[in-house]
Amino acid sequence: MEHVVNPLVKKPSMLRSQSETIGFVIMTAAFVIAPFLTYPLFLMQAMCFALFACAFNLLIGYVGLLSFGHALYFGWASYLSAYSAKTWGFSPELAILTGTATAAVCGLVAGSLAIRRQGIYFAMITLALAQMMFFFALQAKFTGGEDGIQAVPRGALFGLIDLRNEMAMYAVVLIIFLGGFTFIYRIIHSPFGEVLKAIRENEARAISLGYKTDRYKLVAFVLSATLAGLAGATKAIVLQLASLTDVNWPMSGEVVLMTLVGGLGTIFGPVVGAFAILVMQFKLAPIGEWVLVIQGAIFVTCVLLFRRGVIGEIANRLHIRL
Amino acid sequence: MFEIFGIPSAALFGQLLIGLINGSFYALLSLGLAVIFGMLNIINFSHGAQYMMGAFTAYLILQYSGLGYWPALIIAPIIVGFTGIIVERVFLQRLYKLDHLYGLLLTFGLALIFEGVARNYFGSAGLPYTVPESLRGGQNLGFMFLPNYRAWVIAASLVICIGTWFVIERTRLGAYLRAATENPTLVRAFGINVPRMITLTYGFGVALAAFAGVMAAPIYNVSPQMGSELIIVVFAVVVIGGMGSILGAIVTGFGLGVIEGLTKVFFPEASNTVIFVIMAIVLLVRPAGLFGRRA
Repeated sequence: MEHVVNPLVKKPSMLRSQSETIGFVIMTAAFVIAPFLTYPLFLMQAMCFALFACAFNLLIGYVGLLSFGHALYFGWASYLSAYSAKTWGFSPELAILTGTATAAVCGLVAGSLAIRRQGIYFAMITLALAQMMFFFALQAKFTGGEDGIQAVPRGALFGLIDLRNEMAMYAVVLIIFLGGFTFIYRIIHSPFGEVLKAIRENEARAISLGYKTDRYKLVAFVLSATLAGLAGATKAIVLQLASLTDVNWPMSGEVVLMTLVGGLGTIFGPVVGAFAILVMQFKLAPIGEWVLVIQGAIFVTCVLLFRRGVIGEIANRLHIRL
Repeated sequence: MFEIFGIPSAALFGQLLIGLINGSFYALLSLGLAVIFGMLNIINFSHGAQYMMGAFTAYLILQYSGLGYWPALIIAPIIVGFTGIIVERVFLQRLYKLDHLYGLLLTFGLALIFEGVARNYFGSAGLPYTVPESLRGGQNLGFMFLPNYRAWVIAASLVICIGTWFVIERTRLGAYLRAATENPTLVRAFGINVPRMITLTYGFGVALAAFAGVMAAPIYNVSPQMGSELIIVVFAVVVIGGMGSILGAIVTGFGLGVIEGLTKVFFPEASNTVIFVIMAIVLLVRPAGLFGRRA
């Protein structure tokens, strides 16, 4: 069967079939060169948000579940990572692991509640649960309330590499980002990922084919929450700060915006979207509250005219996968 | 002065009253969300922002034309409802053929715009709005002091809620609405202008939010973020009640307000989160919501 070639289907060119690999190589190269051209701190922050958006995209783009509460995993991982590094004196790799594990547990609890309802209710439940955890963070003693956890020590990786060195920190963040990104890529292209896409397209049909879709959705949810946590935990070490901003609802909205701008259900979209939104916030910081209005306007524009996002649009024009 | 469970009665009834007030707003807003969702299949994320717009419109009416609370209670919902009609015509009607999630995202964007504009012009601090002359003072009921304005808010929202329920469940217009929710194509075939009905439904839902906003203005300060804080709680209320039933939305709204008020007396630390905890429990026990039908 494998050798039967349909003459009507042109053999895809090298560029077409390998577009994702080529994209990955370009992205990696860009990240290796970038710290010599612009602020490493900004790039590290952007990579954390890019990973966050990729994790979010795993749910919305490949399972069709809109979580409006991803700040929960990002923010709580960030708190636990910062707290364990500062108060318990954990080394950075252990602190990040602690934060990520926290997000995984939160994801398991919140996910098993949220998947009990579909569609629009799923979004509202995830938002409400995230808001509940926001209030916990606001009231809990260890989070430092309005001040957050400041001056988190970066420490030394494995007790050897001093992360106060900006380039060493950059290398660690780059490895975490690329690791997370590759992991998500592998999930999407695995048999498990194919089932997820089947659920997105037609859940009833997936059920009738014998798949226990609730389990698949829960596993995808936990994976997404865990990776969002990895991003948040790393961010806390990089910026040496965990605060209420990370866990509040506008953060959940921001990650939706990043993914939407870049392209829902594209591999590279969330990365591009995260960079675009962060650059915009950075450039527009002087105009204060108007940033909110502009973000809202981008939402409206994307939903009405530009639903594929930047990368989705490019991929569609060139007939390639990105 | 007597005590109940070791709590002074005045404190207990005071919180119960605050609970009923909050419940009035939960009920009015979740009712609006349910009505809009029924017709448009869109969760109106900007509902909170439109509630805020109602309060600000009342404030601006007072500032620029000197018209007080009572005219504002009529005019503000009409103005904000009209902006809702524009929003539906310009934006929402393009989304009906798409996944419901896009409606949520679009209205979220609109909420950001409305809130951002309000913050730019009015700052994030609250602006005061005084209680109307005719409703100042209060009644001493013996076991507690009942401010007149608060009694009015509870009564008015009950009347509006029950009135809405009556129109939808018991009148010819309501029958058209319910029919159009079930099968719009068939209803159109009977010669009823369904698109116009959808537009007006959205306008009405938004006006309801603005009405709640005007009523809230003298109780809470008028501030840009008053809506976004409230709307997330209202979402939880909607998840608990399920959007299948109008009466369910009203009962759940008031009930949760009271529970929240009582939590403030007995376990104040949990008062912010109790509604979310109840939501989690309801999801475990009755995933479809208390009054919902399994989708």
